[in-house]
Amino acid sequence: MPIDHRLSEEYEALRATVAEFARDVIAPKIGGFYEQEEFPYEIVREMGRMGLFGLPFPEEYGGMGGDYFALCIALEELARVDSSVAITLEAGVSLGAMPVFRFGTEEQKREWLPRLCSGEMLGAFGLTEPDCGSDAGGTRTTARLDEAAGQWVINGTKSFITNSGTDITGLVTVTAVTGRTDDGRPLISSIMVPSGTPGFTVSKKYSKVGWNASDTRELSFTDCRVPAANLLGEMGRGYAQFLRILDEGRIAIAALATGLAQGCVDESLEYARSREAFGRPIGANQAIQFKLADMEMRAHTSRLTWRDAASRLVHGEPFKKEAAVAKLYSSEIAVTNAREATQIHGGYGFMNEYPVARMWRDAKILEIGEGTSEVQRMLIARELGLTG
Amino acid sequence: MSLRIVVAVKYVPDATGDRHFADDLTTDRDAVDGLLSELDEYAVEQALQIAEAADDAEITVLTVGPADAKDALRKALSMGADKAVHVEDDALHGTDVMGTSLVLAKAIEHAGFDLVVTGMASTDGTAGVVPALLAERLGIPQVTLLSEVAVSGGKVTGRRDGDAASEQVEASLPALVSVTDQSGEARYPSFKGIMAAKKKPVEALDLSDLGIDAADVGLAGAWTAVQEAAARPARSAGTIVKDEGEGGKQLAAFLAEHKFI
Ligand SMILES: Cc1cc2nc3c(=O)[nH]c(=O)nc-3n(C[C@H](O)[C@H](O)[C@H](O)COP(=O)(O)OP(=O)(O)OC[C@H]3O[C@@H](n4cnc5c(N)ncnc54)[C@H](O)[C@@H]3O)c2cc1C
Ligand SMILES: Cc1cc2nc3c(=O)[nH]c(=O)nc-3n(C[C@H](O)[C@H](O)[C@H](O)COP(=O)(O)OP(=O)(O)OC[C@H]3O[C@@H](n4cnc5c(N)ncnc54)[C@H](O)[C@@H]3O)c2cc1C
Repeated sequence: MPIDHRLSEEYEALRATVAEFARDVIAPKIGGFYEQEEFPYEIVREMGRMGLFGLPFPEEYGGMGGDYFALCIALEELARVDSSVAITLEAGVSLGAMPVFRFGTEEQKREWLPRLCSGEMLGAFGLTEPDCGSDAGGTRTTARLDEAAGQWVINGTKSFITNSGTDITGLVTVTAVTGRTDDGRPLISSIMVPSGTPGFTVSKKYSKVGWNASDTRELSFTDCRVPAANLLGEMGRGYAQFLRILDEGRIAIAALATGLAQGCVDESLEYARSREAFGRPIGANQAIQFKLADMEMRAHTSRLTWRDAASRLVHGEPFKKEAAVAKLYSSEIAVTNAREATQIHGGYGFMNEYPVARMWRDAKILEIGEGTSEVQRMLIARELGLTG
Repeated sequence: MSLRIVVAVKYVPDATGDRHFADDLTTDRDAVDGLLSELDEYAVEQALQIAEAADDAEITVLTVGPADAKDALRKALSMGADKAVHVEDDALHGTDVMGTSLVLAKAIEHAGFDLVVTGMASTDGTAGVVPALLAERLGIPQVTLLSEVAVSGGKVTGRRDGDAASEQVEASLPALVSVTDQSGEARYPSFKGIMAAKKKPVEALDLSDLGIDAADVGLAGAWTAVQEAAARPARSAGTIVKDEGEGGKQLAAFLAEHKFI
């Protein structure tokens, strides 16, 4: 067998379980949270109980003993119904907990991972700043080591940080300049800042176009002091570390985007069958059928891209290019599918109470977060050997 | 000593699927996907909670059904049950409540038990009588239709909510309880549970293993026979009441006529 096209029994069981949860628990309630721009604590608690936040981590740290592929399966099924809860899981695991798992000391892992894996505590990762996003090497936030006190002193601002201001947020890992090379280039390190640390202020929620039931905040640090031991990973290696985290995260976003694209197909298919115009279901028109065929083609192809990148990752093979391809393709087709789904729904598609309206609003950010489409193209071109 | 709990779980055709009868008027199981009866998920959940509260307990899930019924056992195992028993035999095709309860009783005795937990009814046959039949056959007390249940000091206690009153009931072990859909939502299996379920033992038994005569079960051994099966008639158009001052009265008359009030 040159390649296995089917999920193994356990992964399929996971997929079916998450799909059932999304249908029975999330779908009936999420519209209300979204409308009120409220964080869905009860749903997140349930997701924690199911072990979703521990999916890719070993059992010794409170995880489920699965892998990144398992996480992506869950993300796709969640996003098929709703993206806010999916991004809460994605950011909590792949941005919040993963850096601790990948780069933390044994002590740091034992301290933080069990709570992060249970979903009782959420983690966040603060890279983006008001003046730098794509160019994350341009970080202005600084962390100075006060050797006498054995503390880092952090100053700066972070923008658009997911999961950073909920009642259950316990940890934000931030990137900061901790020194300079001899030729003056900044050395960036990652430092863990527990919520509630004096000097660390979480501003009020942004008013967003989409992802309205997820938590996004601006963070500011003013002489914020944390123990020297809160350095995550090697000093000055923060840049390389977050590149690895972002490479993985792209696969997760691709899975999430695939879910949204498939959710658009699900909703539109049902609508095309039931909505009548000119005396017959709108789905009897070839123009609508072709739209749906194209939407299904995109969702299907998109699934293949993330599954390919994720298999490479879990098999320890290089996956940088495949991850960028998956993220770029999936996010762009998610936007296309959301636009077409709204079109098929006509005026109802423009009404917030319809899931496709939520999907339309949630799709655009997928082309921006965790590396814009332009950044993905830059990465792919670089992998092709093009420079300059 | 370990508390031995046996949960009877049924594998049923998905109620959201398009269910049909086969030519012999038995359920056409090939036509729709099957799953663990949702009502029996409550039984598994209560058994898990009882086991978690006990010092030492072991849960066996039991099903009588075709090969695919293993899926129902697998789901219960991934929720956290310890082992499973699957009774499968071609001669079981068409078995009614009498036969089903006979096979279940023999298999429960085979597994060994202190407490038997069942759902309130299956979502396909919906007879709701298997629990009572089972307790009779096992010669143990039955406390049925509980919305709350606990075990301590060699007793099972629980609450049964009726239309007019809530009763506190108890029985000494060994006993059988059936639980309702008000007993608390069932947990979703975790990935760890799903992975662990793969390694849990599933004992496969047939009628001869249980010393049951094939003539006592199946269509031939059934005490009931399905004479005829017809699809539910399509819903007829509703009655439209136009309110011209008498709307309220007409509504009330309609409801009274159809015994809704
Ligand atoms: C809801 C939400 C949640 C987020 N969550 C997080 C989080 O948890 N953690 C975090 O760190 N960040 C988070 N972000 C930030 C997100 O990752 C950034 O917005 C994104 O990386 C883009 O950065 P920017 O906004 O600064 O855009 P810029 O980098 O300023 O880019 C602006 C435009 O210029 C283009 N561009 C930039 N450079 C080039 C170039 N060289 N060639 C061609 N085009 C270029 C970009 O592609 C883009 O179209 C979040 C953002 C949002 C909206
Ligand atoms: C019209 C009709 C046609 C039928 N055709 C077929 C057929 O073709 N093939 C067939 O196999 N059955 C068929 N049955 C169902 C068969 O009669 C039932 O499996 C059996 O009698 C149990 O009855 P119930 O499902 O109504 O149980 P209930 O009394 O409603 O079930 C109560 C509880 O008993 C336990 N339980 C019941 N059945 C099982 C089981 N099999 N394994 C483990 N636990 C169980 C569960 O805990 C359940 O919650 C048919 C039933 C009807 C009404």
